[in-house]
Amino acid sequence: MSDTATEREVMEYDVIIVGAGPAGLACAIRLKQLKPELMVAVIEKGAEVGAHILSGAVIEPAPLDELLPGWREKPPAVCIPVERDELAYLTTSSKRKLPTPPQQKNHGNFIVSLGAMCAWLAPQAEDLGVDIFPGYAAAGIHYLEDGAVGGVIIGDMGVNREGQPKDTYMQGIEIHAPLTVLAEGCRGHLSKELIAKFKLDADSDPQVYGVGIKELWQVAPGKCQPGLVQHSIGWPLDTKTYGGSFIYHMDKDRVAVGFVCALDYADPEFSPFEAFQQFKHHPTVKPLFEGGEILSGGARTIIEGGAQSLPRVEMPGALLIGDAAGLLNLPKIKGTHQALRSGMLAAVHIAEQGSGNGFDQALRASPIMQELQKVRNIRPGFNKGLWRGLLTAAIETVTAGKLPRTLRNHADHDSLTKLQAMKPVERRWVKRDLAPRDRLASVYFAATDHDEDQPVHLQILDPDVCVTRCAEEYGHPCTQFCPAHVYEMVEDSESAAGKRLQINAANCVHCKTCDIKDPYQIINWVTPEGGSGPNYQNL
Amino acid sequence: MKILVGIKRVVDYNVRIRVKSDASGIDTDGVKMSINPFDEIALEEALRTREAGLAEEVIVVSLGGNECQQQLRTGLAMGADRAIQVDTAEDLQPLTIARTFLKVIEKEQPGLVILGKQAIDGDNSQTAQMLAALWDRPQATFVSEMELSGDKVTVVREVDAGLETIEVDLPAVISVDLRLNEPRFVKLPDIMKAKRKPLEVIALDELGVVSENNLEVSNYSPPPVREKGILVEDTAQLVTELKTRGLV
Repeated sequence: MSDTATEREVMEYDVIIVGAGPAGLACAIRLKQLKPELMVAVIEKGAEVGAHILSGAVIEPAPLDELLPGWREKPPAVCIPVERDELAYLTTSSKRKLPTPPQQKNHGNFIVSLGAMCAWLAPQAEDLGVDIFPGYAAAGIHYLEDGAVGGVIIGDMGVNREGQPKDTYMQGIEIHAPLTVLAEGCRGHLSKELIAKFKLDADSDPQVYGVGIKELWQVAPGKCQPGLVQHSIGWPLDTKTYGGSFIYHMDKDRVAVGFVCALDYADPEFSPFEAFQQFKHHPTVKPLFEGGEILSGGARTIIEGGAQSLPRVEMPGALLIGDAAGLLNLPKIKGTHQALRSGMLAAVHIAEQGSGNGFDQALRASPIMQELQKVRNIRPGFNKGLWRGLLTAAIETVTAGKLPRTLRNHADHDSLTKLQAMKPVERRWVKRDLAPRDRLASVYFAATDHDEDQPVHLQILDPDVCVTRCAEEYGHPCTQFCPAHVYEMVEDSESAAGKRLQINAANCVHCKTCDIKDPYQIINWVTPEGGSGPNYQNL
Repeated sequence: MKILVGIKRVVDYNVRIRVKSDASGIDTDGVKMSINPFDEIALEEALRTREAGLAEEVIVVSLGGNECQQQLRTGLAMGADRAIQVDTAEDLQPLTIARTFLKVIEKEQPGLVILGKQAIDGDNSQTAQMLAALWDRPQATFVSEMELSGDKVTVVREVDAGLETIEVDLPAVISVDLRLNEPRFVKLPDIMKAKRKPLEVIALDELGVVSENNLEVSNYSPPPVREKGILVEDTAQLVTELKTRGLV
């Protein structure tokens, strides 16, 4: 955040929540239910609530029953009860059904659009008196004299590419509050800054992540089976790359399809987007999409580290909740119920204690943490490959995580094998003809919008590395792992190396893959002008 | 003087719209709605005029159900002084909209009415022109520059032949085009202030306007899917292909 000579205007609240996702909104709602006199505000960088969030998603409704009894009479716009679960192992040509593990039994759960659900929660929060401000990005932390968090600084708007004010320049205000709740979701940029500053991760394992890429399809009539939940593992991934697919059949002939790849993969030339597109071309999958059309699509990273990687979630003046902390239950592939619960737990704690003190302990003693503890060894079990991982998962499931061992997580950005040491991977991928043709055609469906004349929000801390070390060691993996084709190596006769990195920042869908997977950790994602970014519809 | 600005709630320009499967219209289920971009430019110009000391009050007017209050509040947050919602559940067409605006004009007696040149959903570009005719006052449309002086305004219009500069007697109707200005961002504290500014709701029939929709839309269809092209080997094949398609 740049220091400006003029003092910023200040607004004051009792609690400021960053992020209008399930955790942030649940926290706001619960706070007002318990203490209606509290002044609570939620800041959201998306142009509207739901614009930047996406998930499969199959949710466990119990936390909603607790937060909003009677919600089932007025459910969110997209809410389909689960009818049937399927888990399959794919080879290049076949699909073998596997028994559904208990964590993936979804009886009683609902297929939802997480974006539509947040857009449904927001007016309910506003009715309780919460001030929600979409279109404004919390770009920096306001620190007090003693180093505690005192609120957030809203990003300046109307700044040109060189950092100079344009005619429309508007300085961002500061929002001061005795308590700031970070609910930015996976790899939030302010959360990242605070975790580093307060060394919140000193006693936990490195965090690990996956990237999820999703499309919402309108399929030809007769193909959709509402309530069917399908997951797969195996092809198109090799046994060393952890991940899998989901297909959730909704209403009105709509099908949500997506693919998650763990970001600890080793092949620098691997493209998670391509893996997703390949999956759709599997002989048992493709017929579903033939004759259909894409309605919307996008990508977002998923936090996978669970219990071992959970940082301290409390610091002077602030708390981390939801996936900004990292509460997703990976074997269930569900994080929304955890996010909702953590938001409510934080609200109860704040209402009772009058501050965030002791929240970390409260979280670790809660059912939220117990759920993570139970499944803590499943994700790291896959570090040894698919078959060992499945075996570990089976053992851990049967023993309900009670074995006195905790497998460790290792940082994703250290996992790439150098090109020279890389053995060619036999992927058996096919020629594709389903939409979208490539990442540029795909990014169209995210409706992502950035004023081109603004500072590039993907900061490369040492650009020389790109054309020297990275060119040789890894061959520019950023040009492969970004689902939106933001990074490109282009010819440049003026550069010593004959090429340079071009950042097409306007394509960015705010997934944070680059911030996580870059092997040199020189990419720093910061928030662009508020209101920029994707405009996801029903994702 | 007072300036009246018309703002319309439309599907946001970023939304990837789709035709409903029964061809009856555009699917607006759960899509983002915003102020029509040209109306924002109109409002910005009104605000600058007031800030230059040439007007006392800027009133934003919208026609629609309670959902358009969201756009009216945004207009107030940008700096408008007052808002009027003409409440109706019907989908109004330009002639009825113009008649409604005339009623509001009779009530408010503005010195200037600024509208967007067209709404990005209907793309009709008729309301400003019809309103001026009904009001029997001058109109200046597709305005990209505007300068007020006393009871006249000098405007530059973007027309097919180029740029046309005309002088218009007030009161008048102006419709604005893209290059007139760049609308300001809304400051957060102003959103809070806007909640306390007056927003008046008047029913359409209270104004004595009967909506007569003279146009009936019979069908909506998406543009035809572009056919895949073919690569030809040589000129001979090109000629054959052209001939087969009756193009030469």
